[in-house]
Amino acid sequence: MKVDRRSFLGLGLGAVAGVVVSPVGLKLTDDSSIWTQNWPWTPVPVDGEISYDNSVCNLCPGNCGISVRKIAGRPVKIEGLAGYPINDGGACLHGIAGLQYLYDPARIKTPLRKNGDKFEKISWAEAISLTAEKLTDIRENKAPQKLACITNKVKGSVPKLFERFLTAFGSPNLYTMPSLESNLEMTAQTLHGAGNTIGFDLENSDFVLSFGAGLIEGWGAPVSCFKANASRKERHAKLYQVEPRLSNTAANADKWIPINPGTESDLALGICAVIIKNNLFDASNFKGGFNKFAIMVQREYALAKVAQACGIKPDDIEKMALLFAKAKMPVAIPGKGRGKNGQSLKEFSAVHTLNCLVGNLNKKGGAFIMPQNDYLSFPEAILDDAAETGAGQEKLASSINDLVAKLAAAENPIVDALFVYNANPCYSFSDPKRVKEAFKRIPFVVSFSSFLDETAMEADVIFPMNTFLEGIEDVPSQAGLAKNVIGLARPVIKPVFDTKDPGDALILLAQALGGTVAENFEWASFADCLEEVTLDIWDALSEEGHVLVSEGAPYGTPLVDFTFLSTNPATIQAQGDFELTLIPIDNMRLTGTVPAVSPFALKTVSDKVLTGTDIVVEINPVTVKGLKDCGDALLTTPVGAVKVKVNFNEGIMPGVIGMVRGLGHTFDNKFVSNKGVNVNDLIGPVIESGSGLDAAFGIKAKISKA
Amino acid sequence: MIQNKKAHRFGMVIDLDKCTGCGSCMVSCMAENNVPFKEDESRKKDSITWMRVYKLTNGKSFPDTEVVYLPRPCQHCDGKGGHGHSPCVSVCPATATDYDYSTGIVSQIYTRCFGCRYCMGACPYHARYFNWWDPKWPEGMENYLSPNVSPRMRGVVEKCSLCFHRYQLAKEKAYAEGRDEIEENEYQTACATACPSGAIVFGDLNNPSHQVHQIVKPDPHPDPMNKDVVGKSRNPKVFRLLERLGTNPKIYYLSEHEWVRKAGDNYLEGEWDKVKNHHGSASHD
Repeated sequence: MKVDRRSFLGLGLGAVAGVVVSPVGLKLTDDSSIWTQNWPWTPVPVDGEISYDNSVCNLCPGNCGISVRKIAGRPVKIEGLAGYPINDGGACLHGIAGLQYLYDPARIKTPLRKNGDKFEKISWAEAISLTAEKLTDIRENKAPQKLACITNKVKGSVPKLFERFLTAFGSPNLYTMPSLESNLEMTAQTLHGAGNTIGFDLENSDFVLSFGAGLIEGWGAPVSCFKANASRKERHAKLYQVEPRLSNTAANADKWIPINPGTESDLALGICAVIIKNNLFDASNFKGGFNKFAIMVQREYALAKVAQACGIKPDDIEKMALLFAKAKMPVAIPGKGRGKNGQSLKEFSAVHTLNCLVGNLNKKGGAFIMPQNDYLSFPEAILDDAAETGAGQEKLASSINDLVAKLAAAENPIVDALFVYNANPCYSFSDPKRVKEAFKRIPFVVSFSSFLDETAMEADVIFPMNTFLEGIEDVPSQAGLAKNVIGLARPVIKPVFDTKDPGDALILLAQALGGTVAENFEWASFADCLEEVTLDIWDALSEEGHVLVSEGAPYGTPLVDFTFLSTNPATIQAQGDFELTLIPIDNMRLTGTVPAVSPFALKTVSDKVLTGTDIVVEINPVTVKGLKDCGDALLTTPVGAVKVKVNFNEGIMPGVIGMVRGLGHTFDNKFVSNKGVNVNDLIGPVIESGSGLDAAFGIKAKISKA
Repeated sequence: MIQNKKAHRFGMVIDLDKCTGCGSCMVSCMAENNVPFKEDESRKKDSITWMRVYKLTNGKSFPDTEVVYLPRPCQHCDGKGGHGHSPCVSVCPATATDYDYSTGIVSQIYTRCFGCRYCMGACPYHARYFNWWDPKWPEGMENYLSPNVSPRMRGVVEKCSLCFHRYQLAKEKAYAEGRDEIEENEYQTACATACPSGAIVFGDLNNPSHQVHQIVKPDPHPDPMNKDVVGKSRNPKVFRLLERLGTNPKIYYLSEHEWVRKAGDNYLEGEWDKVKNHHGSASHD
């Protein structure tokens, strides 16, 4: 066939007409939209009636009231509870993300037993009988004191039940993870005698002098601190933040005073010296050692010397001291970052001494010396012979840090069995490798945990715990809050997995052991126990969800004992000989230890903190030559070396490197683990003698281009 | 009887001096609106955050550095002259995003969106996000999803809706109780209720009894210096982002610091001094 012009045009036009009329084009467009929008795979949440359950969050010591929105009985959103005496409506990001913890990929769904390197599922009955068997052996060997226990907190019925279990079993070896609360209790004990704790009336104070306390980095009861901070403008109150780095608290403060890391106690004592020199103190309640203390600070903490050590101009120190002493309602607050790890008793005491000097104890806007809340009354413990001998024994170690050191040093196991409740020392302690080694020397470790975290991984048996949304627990206020509130966390959902409350697990275990141990735990359930031991407040607690025990300044003025500081205990120095100092940074968007950060919260973390799987460290551009912003670097400390990315930050002192806390988890959760570095891996412990605290806030370091 | 049917203009004013950068608003938004998450969320360009908190610095070196956090939801622009032609609405070929004249809310209808992303290019505030992947929740986690907001799928754009579903719920409740109007506290966005510092004030900019109106004091007249700009704040401490573009956002910011207010736009040298004391038509009276 001959293709002439006519037939060519005809064919061409026909083809065009065909394409236009044909449904193929439309079909392809339609298909492409179907393929780009996969509707059938997208979940359709079930609708239903809306209801609200009130409870208390216990993810951190803040213990905020929460309101959980449920749809057809299914919790869908957590919000702050309006009118709750601690947070009154606000909430932090971790609490709001709390529902993610229910279905966390690292949640422990059933009891587990370690078999070789792996965990295998067992039933609750098996887990209890297995543990009871081991414990019975320990008792039969006449060494009940070789059962030790680590809990996350001091207050509330759960730690008290662990204590009761140990007492009934015959062991004095109960240890608590360091917390702001435990540090404050120790400070109160040193200056005012045992049985007290300290609260800071931040919402009324007109001059807050913070020694690195991260008031908006998660220090204390975070939401309560946020609120006090936000109301500062209206109250015309001032916040002075002393810190090596422009933290969010420092950025929000009226004045940021950069200080050489680790010299906070020197500054506090230097300010004491100025106040004493100018005779601006109120000595009416000084009990002992004041004269010696006054002479000591004048001699050892003279203005010029302190200015030199801290890197602050003498004039500025003097001005700050006079402002503080002359303010109407001043308060000084200790505890760098969240005030948990890396703190020393010297620093806490030195800072709190400022409150004692200016006479704002138990006054509005000052520091409250609050008697430790005793709302619990357990029936008297019944002890058999073994328990009485065991309980009479000395504690194995003077502190939890001492315990770790002794475990690591001993040739034969000094502890036969260890309970760990809701704590993650294998992550949060300095040089956690050392803690893991110590754990390996314990023949039998039982973890009471909701998540398979670094410490739970070291356990031989795991009792899976309810999260705060599934269980019941009394949560007394703590951590520097100037009010005394007992909250009740109540289940808003039935346990999603085969988990229990710690109290219920202990009751089962005690009953399996039999004898007097069982007699001490004759409750049908933890809920029954709670009702019995909270006595007269139970009705109010269970009806209202909380009891406001006291508010406002406590009555009377406590005595102040200066003996401890008057001996001028040594200031803890950062370990190592390098020129720079690496300091840990507490970031509100990351959690401390337990639980690890949630996917939502991690999503909010800046790419100047974490990029991909690389951690980013903060450094002032003038600190080291040859580094590039956003470039790679090698960070070396006496404990380890890691590859990091660099973020040039004008808000950090030259000579200081900042690395965030809360990253570098190694357990199995692809959303939050294996991202960045655990800063504790780079820091070695420096134990303060006497208090037994690991006071290493950072370590000497060097950084070079990688 | 016919009630006063004057339209609402929902908006917010964010006090940057109170904002601590804590991130509660971001997480509250994600939890409220079924925002998904994936393994790596550190690439911020594809990390879906309807509410994003930016960090601003004054650019000075140690120790004069200052830092402020700026939460940025969708700005819900009223468009040039306040006529509802917001940048994204103007370019959307599918009417997947639209301006609601009764509330001032810029909507996003996921089922209409076919993923051309013109709106993302048009938005001067980077408030819009594209779903490059299907959302996937770890096993069991779908159980916390809220039925009030549809989970999105791959291939569509999403953004802040000013928690429109909360407005609907509040209206339904008011209707059930026989009321025509909702109260200020009945409709609050998830970010505003979550903020522990009370930095976010949300309400109706058209309603003089609402706190947001009282802080912002929106100018009822167009800006004499730029006729495209309407609703400029007459509060000297309040500003909007890239205000001179005439996008007329309903998200206002408040700061005592001049450098922060200056950071709200890209000023040429000397330009700021000319505009910094200009606060709407009132300053020309």
